[in-house]
Amino acid sequence: MRMRWPARHSLVCQQAVELVTDYLEDALSRADRRRFEKHLANCRGCTEYLVQIRATIAITGRVTPDDLTDEMRTEFADLYRHWQHERDLGERG
Amino acid sequence: MRHAPPNTARPALDPEKITARHSVLQAAQPDPDAPLLDRLRSGDELAFMILVERYRPTMLRLAAGYVPNHAIAEEVVQDAWLGFLHGLSRFEERSSVRTWLFRILINRARSAGVRERRTTAISDMAAAVDAARFDSGGSWLAPPEPWTELVDDRLTAEKMAEAVKLAMVDLPVRQREVVTLRDIEGLSSEEVCGVLDISEANQRVLLHRGRSRLRQRLESEFGRA
Repeated sequence: MRMRWPARHSLVCQQAVELVTDYLEDALSRADRRRFEKHLANCRGCTEYLVQIRATIAITGRVTPDDLTDEMRTEFADLYRHWQHERDLGERG
Repeated sequence: MRHAPPNTARPALDPEKITARHSVLQAAQPDPDAPLLDRLRSGDELAFMILVERYRPTMLRLAAGYVPNHAIAEEVVQDAWLGFLHGLSRFEERSSVRTWLFRILINRARSAGVRERRTTAISDMAAAVDAARFDSGGSWLAPPEPWTELVDDRLTAEKMAEAVKLAMVDLPVRQREVVTLRDIEGLSSEEVCGVLDISEANQRVLLHRGRSRLRQRLESEFGRA
């Protein structure tokens, strides 16, 4: 869902925040990119918004996976051995 | 968590089909898991455990979006690992190991689950920022409350990561999938499209909505009002 607006029209904040991901993904047309950057250059709120989105991405990258319990570790090891056993039987048969 | 029976009734996925359909979707970087493949095939249990440690949490999170409870999610994950092992001899490394693994998982979760239908396109269309924070001309009435300078403090950053982890649970399933794969697992957009079978444009919309919500949560919790 990308918003469209007349080509010469400058961006308002509400539109700019919707373009942030396309901007970061490098998916904006050159004209849209220029308009976005021009808006940010004059808008503290939207600049802060972009900073926050970048920070959000960085923090999400820090989310740590839950560790396996010993019980799970044993179960997965069993799963592997079971597969291996079946495979070896298959190869011999 | 129970073991899936050796001869599971569910028809096995054909991993060949999976990789063939996405053969153009090469991982942008060398596959960090590729060295484990030979070890896996030659019966190295440690190699398997390394992969399990690496990807099980993400798989569980993805599966949880489709099935009604944690126990079923665990079963789906285990089922996916079994499918992974069974497909190992035919895997030709035309996609990365994790892309292939996550695809198996998503396919199994979808066939096991019913929750997917509940996620409407509407939840994916919500605005990035509440309209009430803008005036009628679309300019900020209530600009974002600063909080990013707090990231430098290690303890606060940990609290923030914890807040994001909790907020992820509330995301619509498709947004959670994309954010998990992109921002936690670090997959490229091409890989994510391959795993989820969605278009680049769709991927960006989901990513946009998901990240927007997480940002909002962080601002609400850590922004100075």
